[in-house]
Amino acid sequence: MNRPIHMEKRRIRAVHSILGFQAGLRQRTLFLFLITALLLVVIGLGGALLEPGSSATSLHERNLPPSFSHPFGTDWLGRDMFVRTIQGLSLSMRMGLTGAVSGALIAAVMGLAAATMGKTVDRIITWLIDLFLSVPHLVLLIFIAFVCGGGIKGVVIGIALTHWPSLARVIRAEALQIRSAEFVQISRRLGKSRRWIALRHIWPHLAPQLLVGTLLLFPHAILHEASITFLGLGLSPHQPAIGIILSESMRYLSAGMWWLAVFPGLSLLIVVRAFDLLGDQLLQLVHPRHARE
Amino acid sequence: MIRGLGLFIAQKAFRLMALLVAVSILSFWLVSISPIDPVQAYIGADMLRVSPEQREAIAAYWGLDQPPLQRFVRWFSALVHGDLGTSMIYRQPVADVIRERFSSSFALMGISWLLSGIIGFAAGVAAAMNRNRWLDRLVKWYCYTLASTPTFWLGLLFIMVFSVWLGWFPVGLGVPAGVLAEHVTLGDRIRHMILPTALLSLAGISTIALHTRQKMIDVLDSDYVLFARARGEKGFGLFIRHGLRNVALPAITLQFTTFSELFGGAVLVEQVFSYPGLGQATVEAGMKGDVPLLMGLVLCSTVFVFCGNALADLIYRVVDPRIREGGMRR
Repeated sequence: MNRPIHMEKRRIRAVHSILGFQAGLRQRTLFLFLITALLLVVIGLGGALLEPGSSATSLHERNLPPSFSHPFGTDWLGRDMFVRTIQGLSLSMRMGLTGAVSGALIAAVMGLAAATMGKTVDRIITWLIDLFLSVPHLVLLIFIAFVCGGGIKGVVIGIALTHWPSLARVIRAEALQIRSAEFVQISRRLGKSRRWIALRHIWPHLAPQLLVGTLLLFPHAILHEASITFLGLGLSPHQPAIGIILSESMRYLSAGMWWLAVFPGLSLLIVVRAFDLLGDQLLQLVHPRHARE
Repeated sequence: MIRGLGLFIAQKAFRLMALLVAVSILSFWLVSISPIDPVQAYIGADMLRVSPEQREAIAAYWGLDQPPLQRFVRWFSALVHGDLGTSMIYRQPVADVIRERFSSSFALMGISWLLSGIIGFAAGVAAAMNRNRWLDRLVKWYCYTLASTPTFWLGLLFIMVFSVWLGWFPVGLGVPAGVLAEHVTLGDRIRHMILPTALLSLAGISTIALHTRQKMIDVLDSDYVLFARARGEKGFGLFIRHGLRNVALPAITLQFTTFSELFGGAVLVEQVFSYPGLGQATVEAGMKGDVPLLMGLVLCSTVFVFCGNALADLIYRVVDPRIREGGMRR
């Protein structure tokens, strides 16, 4: 109690630097990275490990509000909502990740092709980007999920196809800019090969962009995945993605079972927000001027 | 000016045509390679009761027994004449379904669009004027959090709080259940629209607020604002005289280009509240395999988004003297 104030302050500062509040951007980013990665591992592993039987129905434990043994409550079949939420998030994250990575791959190929393969290719790809952006994302997702006949495949393809255009645009612009930069021009005059320029000059600039771009696509991909499964177009009720859990909870809202909707949605929000923050922080490290404030 | 406008509209119309042709070719091609059998989708649960002969009759009735290219030519020539085909689930011409649904969606989307624009603009300006103070932090935090919140989940929370607990608003639907169409009053309709509209407006705020905040900060950092401050201008007067017009223009343009997200948001909101609009029709068409309606909706939403972007361009031309003069000289 009677400690001098400066010691108190130092103690607080030490705590803060551990928590990352007072630390620099780099530490903060790393700290966030750690938390998010941990979250990912816990949820992903948890979802995979919990699968057999732990969300079994038990009819004498139906419709229980949250308690210590069931932190998220139980549903109308007596299934533990915490286990279901983890499983749902795990499935949603895996689908979101696949979709985002495939989308980023398409974006990388398209963006690089547009920037390096001449005017005609550039025009075609720019036109394709505009074409994909001219239909609302969700309508396109519904359409693609329908065309693929539902299932995980349809959702992942849909997410990949709706998410590539924005990133492809960024990569195209970036590649064009680097190509016309002075140091590349000089390198070319000095007689370096195209391969050398591509590997030594262009790739090191684009790789972090691509990585961060993928990371920033990921939260969007999860949100879109949740939306499309919520609408009932992606998966069957036997594959409990987070959207399915939430759409099922709709029927029990008027019965006052709030915990069915609140906790799964909140967990989804936290996961999405965490990855969004991480992507943002990394973007600031990679590209300080382009980062949103 | 008038000639320039005519040229502008002609150019846009031509672009829209090209876009629609491309979208229809692509979507038709996608449907034709899809593993879904439209006859099967149409029959649905009656699968066992339908004989192979009936199946063929259905296929012939919808023209599904012909090769894809021929079907496309038929569908496309009908499309050019303004006939979008017949919806399988509603047994009505697609154009009629879309028109009917659009009128109920229009009110929802229009009001939300206006509200989110105005609130978002005000929030963005307020945040920028109080940069790095609590109001700014609050707006920023709110916008980023909202951007990672699933819209439909927010809708579920709305229903729980305002409909189930407080009982202020009905749980869903566009009109009261069990009431004849002629007995539904305007008041009923409005009461049913409040929650969906509030949700859709809330979802649209974050983009416009963050954008406006950034633009306003740019303006506040400029030399002319520094000079104005040196002359003693401050607060609201400073904003009206130096900020408003500079910031409003990009904000309005941005708001017109969010039609795509607005439509997507409407799909989710309408599904949560069972509101009978375009979005719900899209979901139903996708679920039940109503190809003509789904294609019609894809084209319709494309036109919708395109109109938003074209309007943004047009407003830029009309309002911003720099672009207008540049256009005239050309």
